Amino acid sequence: MTETTTLPWHEIVLARLKANGVKLIVYVPDRVLTVLIKALHADSYFTVFAATREEEAIGIVTGALMGGLRGAVLMQTSGFATLPNALASLVVPSQIPALMFVSERGTLGEFNLGQAMVCRTMRPVLDALGVENHTITRDDELEFIIDRSIKQAYATKAPVAFILSPLLTGGKVFAS
Amino acid sequence: MSNESQHRGPVALHNLKVMNRLALTKRMVAHLKQGEAVIGGIGNTNFDLWEVGQRPENFYMLGSMGLAVPIALGVAIAQPQRHVVALEGDGSLLMQLGCLATVAVQAPKNLTIVVWDNGLYQITGSQPTASHTTADLVAMARGAGLAKSSWAADEDEFDRQFAEAIAGGGPTLIAARIDGEPGVGKTDRDPVQIRTNFMRGIAAQK
Repeated sequence: MTETTTLPWHEIVLARLKANGVKLIVYVPDRVLTVLIKALHADSYFTVFAATREEEAIGIVTGALMGGLRGAVLMQTSGFATLPNALASLVVPSQIPALMFVSERGTLGEFNLGQAMVCRTMRPVLDALGVENHTITRDDELEFIIDRSIKQAYATKAPVAFILSPLLTGGKVFAS
Repeated sequence: MSNESQHRGPVALHNLKVMNRLALTKRMVAHLKQGEAVIGGIGNTNFDLWEVGQRPENFYMLGSMGLAVPIALGVAIAQPQRHVVALEGDGSLLMQLGCLATVAVQAPKNLTIVVWDNGLYQITGSQPTASHTTADLVAMARGAGLAKSSWAADEDEFDRQFAEAIAGGGPTLIAARIDGEPGVGKTDRDPVQIRTNFMRGIAAQK
């Protein structure tokens, strides 16, 4: 894996999605994820589009999985906070291996109190639902965590959330 | 008084016949002869879909109110050769209106949305929805970009519209005013079994 550790984080994520046959990407936009979203749009392997809301994106990816197409949802921390009902009443009980990539806001230099409060709800919700989740802070661990966890998700028919820390992505910097 | 649908406002102006959900569901399912998938929204929508006959290509939601259309969109993208029907109630659709705009942008030819509109949150005690008074769901769908959105004035028109919709050329939205009769069947409550039956029914590999 050493040969990929020099790649930017978003290229590592894209490569692991492709290597695992994850073709459908539905997102609600986020500034930090923009580099990944752009790269996915530019690669014809992927079907990539925006949903109006995160639970809508989860519904689309759930339907696609049931139809035989692997998919992932990209969102930011505040968007994750809209998901508990869809996770608790659809994804988890139906055993849907939905992949969630969450750009972490609310910590390590957050300037918006609302984001900071929402951030505190994210891991307790995931843990309460028993959803596997990994906070990724280092690019030399990124490929291993994502690749292994995607394979685990499909093998065990369980969702997984990847929380992309500002330590990995640089985060969103206070404008003024 | 019953919980009879008593739309006022813009929907009433369309002079639509108030039909029965179970009877319309029967008519709808009778058209499905090519393995079309149906995603049934929660509540009475699903209860009547169940009662009409448990096709292997039916997916019955047990929660996640409002996600019938997004789930159907996902199936339609995954299996472009199969027609997919999202079956929703007015209250459910009102909860997730943004999905209409997403469907319009993606424009899958193989997706039909059917909306049973009784103007009621029927299963929770028949409280009025916004479509009871002021909201016109077909106008909202058109506004979201779904040009092929229409009310079915009566059963015969529903039959014609639905047959045309599942022949391709979608996305299409068909809405029907229905009465306040409660749903008849009761779906199973095992989410994994419902999901695996459906995936087997549409022969999904993963």
